[in-house]
Amino acid sequence: MSGSGSIHHLKSREFSTLYPSALENVELRGALAFGTKLVSNRRDNTVAAVDDWQDLRDRASAIKADVMSNLDHYLETFEQQAQAVGTHVHWASTPAEARSIITGIAQQHGASLAVKSKSMVSEEIGLNEALEQSGVRPVETDLGEWIVQIANETPSHIVAPALHRSREDVRELFARVLQRPMPEDAEGLTEVARLELRQAFADADIGISGANFLVAETGSFLVLENEGNIRMTTSLPRVHIALVGIEKVLPRLSDLDVFLRLIGRSGTGQKLTSYQTLVTGPRRRADDDGPDEIHVVLLDNSRSSLLGNAVTAQTLGCIRCGACLNTCPVYRQIGGHAYGSVYPGPIGAILTPQLAGLHEASQLPFASSLCGACRDVCPVKIDIPEVLLHLRARSVEEGPSARDAVTNKKIRQQGGGFRMWSWAMRSPWRYRMAGRVARTMAWLAIRVPLVGRCAGPLRGWTAGRSLPSPPRRSFRSEMARRRSERRS
Amino acid sequence: MNVAFFASCLIDQFRPDVGLAAVDVLERCGCTVIFDERQTCCGQPAFNSGHHAEARDVCQRAIHLLHEQVVQQGCEAIVCPSGSCAAMLHHAAGLLQGDDADMAASVASHVHELGSFLVDVLDRTDVEADWSGRVTWHDACHGLRDLGIRDQPRLLLNKVRGLELVEATTCDRCCGFGGTFSVSMPGISLAMADEKLDELEGLGVDAVVSGDVSCLMQLEGRLRDRGSSIRGLHLAEILASRGAGS
Repeated sequence: MSGSGSIHHLKSREFSTLYPSALENVELRGALAFGTKLVSNRRDNTVAAVDDWQDLRDRASAIKADVMSNLDHYLETFEQQAQAVGTHVHWASTPAEARSIITGIAQQHGASLAVKSKSMVSEEIGLNEALEQSGVRPVETDLGEWIVQIANETPSHIVAPALHRSREDVRELFARVLQRPMPEDAEGLTEVARLELRQAFADADIGISGANFLVAETGSFLVLENEGNIRMTTSLPRVHIALVGIEKVLPRLSDLDVFLRLIGRSGTGQKLTSYQTLVTGPRRRADDDGPDEIHVVLLDNSRSSLLGNAVTAQTLGCIRCGACLNTCPVYRQIGGHAYGSVYPGPIGAILTPQLAGLHEASQLPFASSLCGACRDVCPVKIDIPEVLLHLRARSVEEGPSARDAVTNKKIRQQGGGFRMWSWAMRSPWRYRMAGRVARTMAWLAIRVPLVGRCAGPLRGWTAGRSLPSPPRRSFRSEMARRRSERRS
Repeated sequence: MNVAFFASCLIDQFRPDVGLAAVDVLERCGCTVIFDERQTCCGQPAFNSGHHAEARDVCQRAIHLLHEQVVQQGCEAIVCPSGSCAAMLHHAAGLLQGDDADMAASVASHVHELGSFLVDVLDRTDVEADWSGRVTWHDACHGLRDLGIRDQPRLLLNKVRGLELVEATTCDRCCGFGGTFSVSMPGISLAMADEKLDELEGLGVDAVVSGDVSCLMQLEGRLRDRGSSIRGLHLAEILASRGAGS
């Protein structure tokens, strides 16, 4: 499904080759501009109506910091409480382990069809390919996720998987895949998907979901949605499996109060999502609703390696609301697929290199202007620019083996440049000389276009931008002149 | 009040008029401006690119110099006509170590971006400027998000005789400069500038005004390439003006 030929999707070596084609894709950029503007405006308006928004963010950030400092404790509590209500808890340290646990459960029950609700962790471990290989057909039941599944694509957004597609685009896709004429309007298209998915719900042997939060105190997991498909995924099939990253645990049920007020507003500009499904164990009596068997698979996949450092640990506070994507000026221009990673946008640029290893995604920390818009909207106050800077510095320090070829070349060139720059900046005389050279280069580049096209960093600048006409004299020499005039 | 002036290397080398204008405004507001010619760069370009060793040497030098100005030359404030460099001086304590970090923290407590200094420290919004024309304000990212500068420049601009300030919905959206980002990923950088400029061209403004020369180089460079007549002006240039304009 990823087209990368790898079952493990957490790679992003291709950023430099992917983003130029995204920039040229007029339809994609139209859909992106429309989608991101709509959602981020909604978010801003809903957030503006909350008086204690900053206080909520502070509380969420404090809860997450406590969780990351005591993660082992809260996870063990979750396990005990979940087992006490009859939920099976599995620990997976790698994607391969998680895949084999899940396919094992499916095989044990002789499953041939699984309904799935949207789960980024499922994308992270390449679960759908693994299910297919073990003879289980996975059907995505979230509308956006179903669209990308039948289009043989991956999600381009954490919350809105098909954000990159316009309505017209979706209509054509449905008509092609289902081989019949399709209605024009979004409602009609949704109805088509609904009917197609209904049968899958009825026939499915297992349901697979992610979870927005785990509650240690009660051994529950919470899933949020607007379409009702998760409610059905978690209640209709006899067996349910929730695949969850270990960082999603919260200590108490009352903590949900803070996070529920933050997540809907941040993600989609809703006060609350239409459905909140809190699952606490399988059904207990014969006439109860819900599955007979519930499994929670807790995935580490390098998450625990971020805990030792306060800068990197904040990455794990992410509640996957997608607000940073919608506001990011880079994401808004290129969309999610250009990141070449399951997790795109600002959060992807820090999460992917830390989970998959810097060498798998060394370009991503540089795919940002460090504007900080992501930090402003993050409901748990993750300082994404701080983590980006940390990863850039690590990239430089750890040397060529930690990077891909494109980043290696860039850092090698910049490294030489910055060593000279540092030497020049440490002496006022050398600084004055360097300034004169820079102004002369700019002067030359304006008059002799060839210079602008060939000379190092000037080349990147002059494609589409004019150079500033350099002044004859610097500020410092003007100031020296003023001083001597005043004296005389 | 004695004020140490940190010009920033871009202004020093490429927009000296902005530096001179800032000095004029400060003097008009009763400050004695001290520019120490030994200053060079704050270290930000290397810091933002991950080259911390090189950044540290340059940053440490800037901090020592500014500290000396505060302690020995009796400067009560350090004013910088760039939110980005002012923010870097605020971050310096995190980059440096030991005594240098303490010194950086002490320096940071004296550092102010120009507009914020006028409004928050001197309590001036009217600096007796006169500039005719229609302008819009571009919130430079580091000034806005690292230093919380949003109202100050607007208060100052609204008191300029003859000036009409109009707001753009994209006022706080990054211009796409981002230091080395602008040359290493020029396509994305230009697309970011264009999103803003598309709106600005519809606003009928004479100039886009900002507190950072780096953003202005990006926006002006792109405006000129698009054949637009909109100019890029620094806040200091407008505030220093006594009767010029668009």
